[in-house]
Amino acid sequence: MNEKIIGGLKRFGSARLIISLFFIALLVITYVLDLSFAATVSDVLIRWCMNFLLVLAMVPSVLSGCGLNFASTLGICCGLLGGVLSLEFGFTGVMSLIMAAIFGSVFAAVIGGIYGKLLNYIKGSEMMIATYVGFAFVSLMCIVWVFLPITNDSLRLAMGGGVRLNVELSATFGEMLNNFLAVEIGGITIPVGFMLVCAAFCVLLRLFLNSRAGRLMQVAGENPKFAKALDISVNRNRILGTILSMVLSAIGILFYAQSYGFLQLYTAPLRMSFLAVAAVLIGGATTRRASIGNVVLGTLLFNGILAMSTPVANALAPDSNLAEIVRIIVSNGIIVYALTKIKREV
Amino acid sequence: MDTYLLEMKHITKKYGENTVLKDMELHVKPHEIHALLGENGAGKSTLMNILFGMPVIQESGGFEGEILWDGKPVQIDSPIKAMEVGIGMVHQEFMMIPGFTVAENIKLNREPLKKSVLGKVFGKNLSIVDFDQMERDARAALKQVGMDIDEKTLMGELPVGHMQFVEISREIDKKNVKLLVFDEPTAVLTESEAKVLLKIMRKLADQGIAIIFITHRLGEVMDVADHVTVFRDGELVDSMPIGETSMAEIAEMMIGRKMGAPFEKSVPVVKEDVPYAVELKDFAVDMPGEQSKGVSLQVKRGEIFGLAGLAGQGKLSIANGIMGLYPSTGKLFINGEEIHHITPQKILERKCAFVSEDRKGTGLLLDNSIEANIAIAAIKVQKKYIHKFGPFSQVDKRKARKHALEMIEALDIRCTGPAQYTRRLSGGNQQKVCVARALSLDPDILLVSEPTRGIDIGAKRLLMEYLVKLNQERGMTIIITSSELAELRSVCDRIAIIYDGKVEGILPATASDHEYGLYMMGLESGGKGRSEAEHE
Repeated sequence: MNEKIIGGLKRFGSARLIISLFFIALLVITYVLDLSFAATVSDVLIRWCMNFLLVLAMVPSVLSGCGLNFASTLGICCGLLGGVLSLEFGFTGVMSLIMAAIFGSVFAAVIGGIYGKLLNYIKGSEMMIATYVGFAFVSLMCIVWVFLPITNDSLRLAMGGGVRLNVELSATFGEMLNNFLAVEIGGITIPVGFMLVCAAFCVLLRLFLNSRAGRLMQVAGENPKFAKALDISVNRNRILGTILSMVLSAIGILFYAQSYGFLQLYTAPLRMSFLAVAAVLIGGATTRRASIGNVVLGTLLFNGILAMSTPVANALAPDSNLAEIVRIIVSNGIIVYALTKIKREV
Repeated sequence: MDTYLLEMKHITKKYGENTVLKDMELHVKPHEIHALLGENGAGKSTLMNILFGMPVIQESGGFEGEILWDGKPVQIDSPIKAMEVGIGMVHQEFMMIPGFTVAENIKLNREPLKKSVLGKVFGKNLSIVDFDQMERDARAALKQVGMDIDEKTLMGELPVGHMQFVEISREIDKKNVKLLVFDEPTAVLTESEAKVLLKIMRKLADQGIAIIFITHRLGEVMDVADHVTVFRDGELVDSMPIGETSMAEIAEMMIGRKMGAPFEKSVPVVKEDVPYAVELKDFAVDMPGEQSKGVSLQVKRGEIFGLAGLAGQGKLSIANGIMGLYPSTGKLFINGEEIHHITPQKILERKCAFVSEDRKGTGLLLDNSIEANIAIAAIKVQKKYIHKFGPFSQVDKRKARKHALEMIEALDIRCTGPAQYTRRLSGGNQQKVCVARALSLDPDILLVSEPTRGIDIGAKRLLMEYLVKLNQERGMTIIITSSELAELRSVCDRIAIIYDGKVEGILPATASDHEYGLYMMGLESGGKGRSEAEHE
């Protein structure tokens, strides 16, 4: 029995164990210091869901052999574009979210295809290239946002053409999923509907990975030589993985935005891919393997810590800027940890 | 009673619940070449790791038992300690710096120093290296191993075979070395180089150095060893002077069962009235290091056909070329049908399956389960093991598992279950998984390359037996490419010898050693090639 527990802990990994303990410690401190425990837990749950698809997007990318998708920023920008167009065309209610997701997915698929082709030329250094492609694309999109011929006043910059920095969503799909089937138990709001939607995406991805096409994609990702011997096209499967990743990112940012209440444009998506990468790595993924389980755990731990560290830091050292400092240290620290892990694997 | 240099007594080592060594004994005298024999996974490397105080032993909970050195107990808890005591190791992979000269490599980190002002002020690390002394020492060490190479040559320019000798020179240059461990030193050497190496080992032993010799080649053991210790499954089987035993007895001890007679098989059921299973006309494959330059041969249906030849002569490229893994020119016919623009898919669809020589690369998905490895080829090529839902599909795990279990049973794959990752299997069991995958395609023609490379005798025997069984019971045409001629001759009907990228000759398995030797060395026809008809 004891050995079983020790074996289980070993598989869990020391890094994940420490972070899980930190997570639990924060929860306890929140409770002990009486820092509106219920509200904090609600916040953690919402953040878990709102970041979920962005992190899930890492899975197809890793499994198809392209490494962690540091360029998920491309998909994110496509999702934002989908959101802007959906509002521009005047969709409201549920349709505004659905149409945004459809527009976003189409753009993401196209961009993902082109970007996947690029990745096939630079096999082996995908993640480095991805980071800079992501940065460059955000800047390119800044130009697009400025010149987009918008007619809807709620989207337009006050001075004339172009889209606003932050587009308010309260009139359209803002908080729509947050409130969908939400249940309140003991002051804690549980976004049941939102969780179900995220679970549905997990099931869909799982079904794909278990299909013939999904299996072949994973073979191409794990061992290109092996794939060649079975005449599985490595390049085509890498493009497929990249497209899936981009589409999930596009829908993911819309989920994020509806929770947040705004579409954040211009340079806001710049470092979003890093947060998703950090989360999936915390969940136990590596640059060669990633599972849905890694996503579930990693998103909860990473975003939970970010959500809780702020009120805790504020309570421990009030009237200081500590909360912000802690937030930066935690998020960047985890990314640094993640990057050292990549180094070790190569 | 002789005094022993090294005694390892009652050594027991566990990794978790898994006992890898049980009450192991090893006694080595000075002046002695002591051969350690055992199948892969018998515990040889673990015992050596203990002897060297490798960190992996401490990290996994240490070991039980004691080590006596010159009759006194010693604690070897780190590789540095082992070196201080006087234990040296000749590695299987060469640990050399290519950009340094031979002399520099030999004296690496032990450079002789000259007095200098800087050195006096700032200490040893800033003293000047005494290159003359270094070269003198290196030359002496090289001479001791009988190597006549210039110590000023850059390491990177030496042929692979020589690196081994430099490595040995480095070990014996350490003045206090009393025991040298050779871990499969001949695996990467050519036959003539291996002979020289064995001679050097003898010479070193005569000078008083004790040698532990780990190898898979029994012939070498009989030639050079004084004493032999055999392991099986982590236990000592026996230890005896070489004079008191024989090759057959050692082999028997290693596998723990009698070696059967050569494979009994009936005369092949070769169908004469049907087209050849595989026919090559002027087939040339551009595989780096193994090019073939125009091979013409015919393989009859229901035959076991061998492809032999020395390394680098191009025998490996033929199966790879047929499977479409490397670009080829010339003509390929399968069952009489010419295949244009060869791709793996086209060949696989024609019921040919391939077991690659590159087991860990082309052969396996190391981070996947045994069942996934076995099923994937059939999933891709024949769309077996899947449920179909219109355009969508799902892998049928139950069917795949059932098939995997059948194959595990049939091929005696030693594993914890069909879900075990292939990375954790031993070489022989990995090879069995590769064969199982090829068979899941239910092929008519099976191409197998280097099926027994790096696997132990037990697994070897079983694999070859299984191939014969497939041929006899299912009438499968089998083309085996192997560097081990003896093995080919035990199962094949005919063997083509490839020399310089061409067919040097095709011999029946019963042809004499002498004939095979001539063909292998390309001496029979001066490399011009000779048809089978002429031979018969």
